[in-house]
Amino acid sequence: MKTLQEIKDIQAAKHGQIDIRFNPDTAEEAVKTYVLVCGGTGCTSNHAAEIIEELNKLIDGAAKRDEIQIIQTGCQGLCAKGPILVVHPGNVFYQEVRPDMVDRIFDEHILGGKPVEEYFMIEEGADGKDIPYVESAFYNDQLRMALRNCGKIDPEDIDEYIARDGYQALGKALTEMTPDDVIQVVTDSGLRGRGGGGFPTGRKWAFASGDRGKVQKYVACNADEGDPGAFMDRSILEGDPHSILEAMAIAGYAIGANQGYIYVRAEYPIAVDRLEIALKQAREYGMLGKGIFGTDFDFDVDLRLGAGAFVCGEETALMTSIEGNRGEPRPRPPFPAVKGLFGAPTVLNNVETYANIPQIILNGAEWFNQYGTETSKGTKVFALGGKINNTGLVEVPMGTTLRQVVEEIGGGVPGGKKFKAAQTGGPSGGCIPASSYDVPIDYESLGKIGSMMGSGGMIVLDEDNCMVDIAKFYLGFTVSESCGKCTPCRIGTKRMLEILEKISAGRGELEDLEKLDELAHYIKANSLCGLGQTAPNPILSTLEHFREEYEAHIVEKRCPAGVCKALLNYTIDAELCKGCTKCARNCPANAIKGEVKQPHVIDAAACIKCGACMDNCAFGAISRK
Amino acid sequence: MKVSNVPFNGTKDQEAKLLEVIAKYKGQKGALMPIMQEAQEIYGYLPYQVQKIISDETGIPIEKIYGVATFYAQFSMSPKGKYVVSVCLGTACYVKGAGKLLEEVEKQLGIGDGECTADGKFSIDVCRCVGACGLAPVMIVGGDVYGKLTPDMVEGILAKYE
Repeated sequence: MKTLQEIKDIQAAKHGQIDIRFNPDTAEEAVKTYVLVCGGTGCTSNHAAEIIEELNKLIDGAAKRDEIQIIQTGCQGLCAKGPILVVHPGNVFYQEVRPDMVDRIFDEHILGGKPVEEYFMIEEGADGKDIPYVESAFYNDQLRMALRNCGKIDPEDIDEYIARDGYQALGKALTEMTPDDVIQVVTDSGLRGRGGGGFPTGRKWAFASGDRGKVQKYVACNADEGDPGAFMDRSILEGDPHSILEAMAIAGYAIGANQGYIYVRAEYPIAVDRLEIALKQAREYGMLGKGIFGTDFDFDVDLRLGAGAFVCGEETALMTSIEGNRGEPRPRPPFPAVKGLFGAPTVLNNVETYANIPQIILNGAEWFNQYGTETSKGTKVFALGGKINNTGLVEVPMGTTLRQVVEEIGGGVPGGKKFKAAQTGGPSGGCIPASSYDVPIDYESLGKIGSMMGSGGMIVLDEDNCMVDIAKFYLGFTVSESCGKCTPCRIGTKRMLEILEKISAGRGELEDLEKLDELAHYIKANSLCGLGQTAPNPILSTLEHFREEYEAHIVEKRCPAGVCKALLNYTIDAELCKGCTKCARNCPANAIKGEVKQPHVIDAAACIKCGACMDNCAFGAISRK
Repeated sequence: MKVSNVPFNGTKDQEAKLLEVIAKYKGQKGALMPIMQEAQEIYGYLPYQVQKIISDETGIPIEKIYGVATFYAQFSMSPKGKYVVSVCLGTACYVKGAGKLLEEVEKQLGIGDGECTADGKFSIDVCRCVGACGLAPVMIVGGDVYGKLTPDMVEGILAKYE
């Protein structure tokens, strides 16, 4: 078991190996050459493991093998350009590295000291010219607090975490602060729940803090990131798992609990592996277990794997699931702080919320609340996806505008297409239209325009996305994920989905829009848990901002974005058609007629609107409207 | 939930492993789900017969176990193919055309989501976000991840698994 002094000694000894990765310009000369390979899920799915294998093979035969260290990190952020490889000293980023590129990088750069410019990571600047990644907005305009270690340390080595002040916040809390002091600092920091609800974390802890030492209590971590297209929490668990364990121990000390549970999605195998390694190392060092840092505080953490149910992200459902039941929510009150896991007072926070805690304890509340807006302090991590150039993970101060995130950091919409909307908050959130591009991102502002912060998924949509189709996609998701316990959600969402299906099939009537609106408000008001209460948001926000698109489907029987199959019409431009017969041969419905070298015609009645003709036309003669 | 009519052919060896798992969790609070997860790993799926063993050994009523098995997407009561084809229908993949990808996979294999081909080779599982959004749209075949796909690439990929 390590003492606080021993932890500080490890930090001092490791400093030389870590500093260069965080302060490439000011760090003292590096002891070794460090090669960081991204081992997040995105890059791992794209052959990052083979790259590491290749590097290890090359090192084994190299003369300077003791002077080179390969480090598999967590997510480095810019998933669109993965796999990413970084070399220090020099802070050189390589993009889209394939195993067959490793040879050259190794020989010329790592051994020879001459970076391979051809493979450099580049960004398109505002003027359309390429600029080095380290000068880009993606690299420079972020503020990484929750993600501070992600992509830079080896998540499977506790010493690297310790080198970054790891476990010193826990040491400080246990040896210099009372539990009430800890809660006070968290309250003063203004930290709010990052899972979507935005409840003040300090207040949540205070509610659960009564009768310390007299009753059994629990600390739980919500890592059941169910929003499809969001991967913030997973990246933190994969890239910096010890920060979560440390924060949970601090929460345990604050409320007087000695057992923690992390409820993590089974679909995140890398995160689960790294958590298990982190747990083992933390126990070996005595950072978890009995009498931590020589005090009388005991704390341990167990993992519980989720089994693929979106509703389990809701706090009462999550706890029911940890207890080994169907993950159905229950009414609140009583709140978990009073009656939670196994009937005991429980504090449940989201991964990203926890990731902020150690830094707040170490640096103080004022340090944290200097960032952000009046009511939303600190930063927020977003998973950027959809029609955006820089798909990946970004962290920005609260109050940053949507435009900055999408256009500057995200690099804008690809292919010269127009930004149509950003969807935040997943199935619980809404679509933010281009007219609200300059809205600052914080809890209140997003709520006002009918969306929500959510856990941090941000999907960018362009002119080719149909808003009715997007609403239908989310409703389809909620219908299949509704647990069925309460009627408004179980039946109401199904009825809304049917209306949307009717509209996109071209059978909609204008009064359907009123029905949708009425149902939506009813479901919001009467559902038992957050899933049902927020399920109508995708419909309400698209109805509000894109009503004309719904009306085009209903009145004109037309899908302006060209997505809803039943409303599409394929036509052949007689001027452009060369009569090559390729479309007719590829039409599965035999709906295209015409003589060789004569313009062809599509029989609209027989057409099944599969688009095969358009895909096969070499002359661009077929259009879809 | 789709329940398979394939006859159950669990082995003694599998049963011994399952009993070990149940013994490991004995007396632990909330142990049912971890037991079921490990049972599914042993058998590949969770047929009635396996649920019955869990019930007999733990004393947990079979109806509760069945309730849990049917609630969570991870648990399956029908066997999977040798290669599971997972098409990601997370939002990032969906807006980039994952729906068409799924249609193509279903067309190629002649089965729908949650079903298994007659020769037991492929089964289709729609999944919600595998987290490789940078590669959207994504499909996983037998553990291999394929990204930035278009429907015309499906046939060639599936052919690799003959």
